[in-house]
Amino acid sequence: MLIPHPLLGPRDAQEFTYLGDATLLDRPDPDAPGAEAAFCDYVFLRDNPAGVHRELWFHEQGDRSWLVVTRDTVTHEILGAELVRDVRAGART
Amino acid sequence: MTRLTGGLIDRDTPLDFTFNGRSYTGFAGDTLASALMANGVDLVGRSFKYHRPRGVFAAGSEEPNALVTLREGARAEPNTRATVAELYAGLTARSQNHVGTLERDLLAVNDLLSPMFAAGFYYKTFMWPRAFWEKLYEPAIRRAAGLGALSLEPDPDAYDKGFLHCDLLVIGAGAAGLAAALTAGRAGARVILADEDFRPGGRLLSESDLLDEAPASDWVAAVHAELAALPNVRIMPRTTVFGVYDHGIYGAVERVADHLPTPGDGVRQTLWRITAKRAVLAAGAIERHIPFADNDRPGILLAGAMRAYANRWATLPGRAGAPVAVFTNGDDGHRTALDLRAKGVPLLGVVDTREHAQAFGDYEVFRGATVTGTRGRRGVTAIEITRGGKAKWHDVGALAVAGGWNPNVHLASHHRGRPVWNPDLLAFVPGADGPRGLFPAGAAAGQGGTGAALADGVRAATAALADIGVTAPEVTLPAATDFASAQAAFWHVPGKRRAWVDFQNDVTVKDITLAHNENMRSVEHLKRWTTLGMATDQGKTANISALAVMAEITGRTIPETGTTVFRPPYTGVSLSVLGGGDTGKHFRPERLTPTHDWAAAQGATFTEVGAWLRAQMFPRAGEDHWRTTVDREARAVRSAVGICDVTTLGKIDVQGTDAAEFLNRVYANMMATLKVGRVRYGLMLREDGHLYDDGTCARLGEDHFVVTTTTANAGPVYRNMEFAHQCLWPELDVQMISTTDAWAQIAVAGPKSRTLLERIVDDTDLSNEAFPFMACAELTICDGLRARLFRISFSGELAYELAVPARYGAALMARLMEAGEDLGVTPYGTEALGVLRIEKGHATGAEITGQTTASMLGLGKMVSVKKDSIGAVMSRREGLAAEARRLVGLKPVGDDAPIPAGSHLFIKGASRTLETDQGWVTSACYSPGVGSHIALGYLEHGDTRMGEVIVAANPLEGQEMAVEVVSPHFVDPEGVRLRD
Repeated sequence: MLIPHPLLGPRDAQEFTYLGDATLLDRPDPDAPGAEAAFCDYVFLRDNPAGVHRELWFHEQGDRSWLVVTRDTVTHEILGAELVRDVRAGART
Repeated sequence: MTRLTGGLIDRDTPLDFTFNGRSYTGFAGDTLASALMANGVDLVGRSFKYHRPRGVFAAGSEEPNALVTLREGARAEPNTRATVAELYAGLTARSQNHVGTLERDLLAVNDLLSPMFAAGFYYKTFMWPRAFWEKLYEPAIRRAAGLGALSLEPDPDAYDKGFLHCDLLVIGAGAAGLAAALTAGRAGARVILADEDFRPGGRLLSESDLLDEAPASDWVAAVHAELAALPNVRIMPRTTVFGVYDHGIYGAVERVADHLPTPGDGVRQTLWRITAKRAVLAAGAIERHIPFADNDRPGILLAGAMRAYANRWATLPGRAGAPVAVFTNGDDGHRTALDLRAKGVPLLGVVDTREHAQAFGDYEVFRGATVTGTRGRRGVTAIEITRGGKAKWHDVGALAVAGGWNPNVHLASHHRGRPVWNPDLLAFVPGADGPRGLFPAGAAAGQGGTGAALADGVRAATAALADIGVTAPEVTLPAATDFASAQAAFWHVPGKRRAWVDFQNDVTVKDITLAHNENMRSVEHLKRWTTLGMATDQGKTANISALAVMAEITGRTIPETGTTVFRPPYTGVSLSVLGGGDTGKHFRPERLTPTHDWAAAQGATFTEVGAWLRAQMFPRAGEDHWRTTVDREARAVRSAVGICDVTTLGKIDVQGTDAAEFLNRVYANMMATLKVGRVRYGLMLREDGHLYDDGTCARLGEDHFVVTTTTANAGPVYRNMEFAHQCLWPELDVQMISTTDAWAQIAVAGPKSRTLLERIVDDTDLSNEAFPFMACAELTICDGLRARLFRISFSGELAYELAVPARYGAALMARLMEAGEDLGVTPYGTEALGVLRIEKGHATGAEITGQTTASMLGLGKMVSVKKDSIGAVMSRREGLAAEARRLVGLKPVGDDAPIPAGSHLFIKGASRTLETDQGWVTSACYSPGVGSHIALGYLEHGDTRMGEVIVAANPLEGQEMAVEVVSPHFVDPEGVRLRD
């Protein structure tokens, strides 16, 4: 598989380490009421879609950036890749 | 030997070879199959189950029968298809799957017992008694029904792997492939032309078609020469593209030296990963046969294969001079008759299933007729032709069978591509949903006529190039004709005798019927019940015929019945080449510590720790037991001073104005309050609240920390810290980098460690007041070498860790040995390190397993409730907070004996069940400090059970011993020594 790194262009997937569902970006507020339940969902529950999936990849043998890669789990088509940094910045604005 | 005229063999280069020990001669350009055939050897193997005599059936990689063991000794390669084994001088081959000689196989008795060996026989027969399966039935069956045997010796050859990139990958160098490659080559595109044969041309080499009124091989040679001269074209003969992977990546094996007696200094095969913007699949088509009674005798070949042997290799199977017959359901079979006639071969005629079949020349046509039987013990000698219910036997030397062609859709169905049925072609062709960027062309796309294939190759290449913005030039193709290709849907000849569908697995029409009667209604069930389509040929000549038989039985159409899709690899790929040279020490590169060579020179033994090799111990002359060495090293640390390379521990350099706040969130305990020049022990949790890793955190400056991790987690902890920063808290001003390899780190431990260090540090006061326990500093040693000193202790003694740039590690070790000689300085390895830390009750991976918690280590209070950190919230959840097991020390009661690590702990007299399980032993060793064996373990409420005698049981090996619960701190429980 090739991952279109936003800075480095297409890179072989072997350079990356896979983590999983990009919802891991949304760590719950530890001080909010019901934090424990929210953390349970955050840690243990994942959607496992047959289709478009946003997921986290780490360019471990590259520039060490974390990416959000949008991938179709059925076809392995990569629909996009963004730096987590940019995703987080976008979420704040 | 007998040869026909012509052919593409080099009669000036004879090659000697042996088969089953007998010597023969072939020519350069031969395959083993063609050379055997030319020497009159038609019987080349025995079938899988019935041990029936078998001969060559096909002329390519689809061959089901002619499997031989090629070469000898360690290079012996079982189940090699003789049809693709290129002949070389001195080739040796042996037949397989027989007891006694090939001609008189004792297991041929299986054929007489064939009613017993029908589909599902094993499943139904060897059910009882159950215990017999493993010891008796299976070994016996495996001996009787196998093919070749492995040499069981290490592969002596070298393999490699490589990466290639191109605009257009052309798979197959037949008519369509050559036309495609020519089109793309002339367009200036980067082209790779891969072909599994050793000579380009595909079927053009095997047919008698003329191109521009000259032999097709002339055109092939001209195109090959033009392509070879183009710098943008890479021609790869002997290269099989075996799989289509994601995003335009193709797997290919190049048989670099399989055609040489030995690979010499070069590699034998290379695994290529080809990244292609687009690809043309010009893999041709595979002919199918027509099952009829006793259709598996040597001398019965696919009609196209018969043409290939006659035209390309100038040979034929069967008795010389005996007439050859053709059995066909379409016009294509008639080509074989015409070609053989042109070579002067006597013909019996063409048996055509069609009532109104047309003759294309001067030969007899048996219209509306079928072949209903054959005779001949080691090869066909007669066939029975039945017409209008009347049967008559005819003597023949060989029989060619033409059942139509199946486009080679293999690669086109790799990405869930579903082949679609073409009722005009009576075949499956690649569907539109195949791998993206793969353009089927020529016979592989159902365009099998010579002229059609050439034109289709140009079309496909032009379309593929247009996709990537390259304009293809006009290509003038040679004048060619397409032979008539009318065909009837005739799939098998019904009858009572066995008619083989899958030769390699001995699956007959009867077996398919039986499977259906036993309710194996889906094609997938059929395949698994009968083993149809399995083994080395993967049913290339059988699958579609089986589907047709099944359709007939069920009264459905073929597309209703199903289809067969394919997975990689297209043909068998050796594990050696998949390894690509990553064998032995190359399988996983070793990481060596900076003092590795120094340690080796001291006679150290080494142990693997992850990818690292660490010094395990430093045996001295006369030490004849490892315990002697380890005890001595451990005692030296407790009584004098020892030095140990601890470079493998992970080191992460963390800097930034928010570094302290960041580490506060990564570590469970408070880090922000750490003073500059001090070190703190830290625990990291996973977000689920379990213990993840431990180590030290040193603050070298206000904004500068050095974090250490365990050896095993050096990579993952760094990855998770980057995750924490980039994904969770990007607003923090912090940067980090792994410096594990940049710094050599030496532990200097023991009561005389300060004295030793004072001799090498420059102008730094190491007194307890100036540099107390948990102090750290950047300083210089040995007259100016920059270094970092940490006063931390894994052994429980007064101890330091000294870090220097990695390249000075070995020199530092030597200097410490020299400077401490009078102090009794002793190098120690991982074994003594383990003893020292167990004596002190310090945790390692044996205690931090991923299922343990901080409270189990007795460190629950370290998880700060004053701040958020990874895992903090979840560590307080009910299930984890209720965890009652605690780390304890264990000592044998009574006679000293080793306490087996992994033993489970029980109350004395309790039954050994999960319910009564109270914990387990994590680490154990002999303690020279205590003078007995000791262990660490987790025990229910262990912190409140000091002095209790419990049982450590290892039911797997029947071990059981009484142990006393003691403090895990066997040595210096108050921690006086390390603070002294």
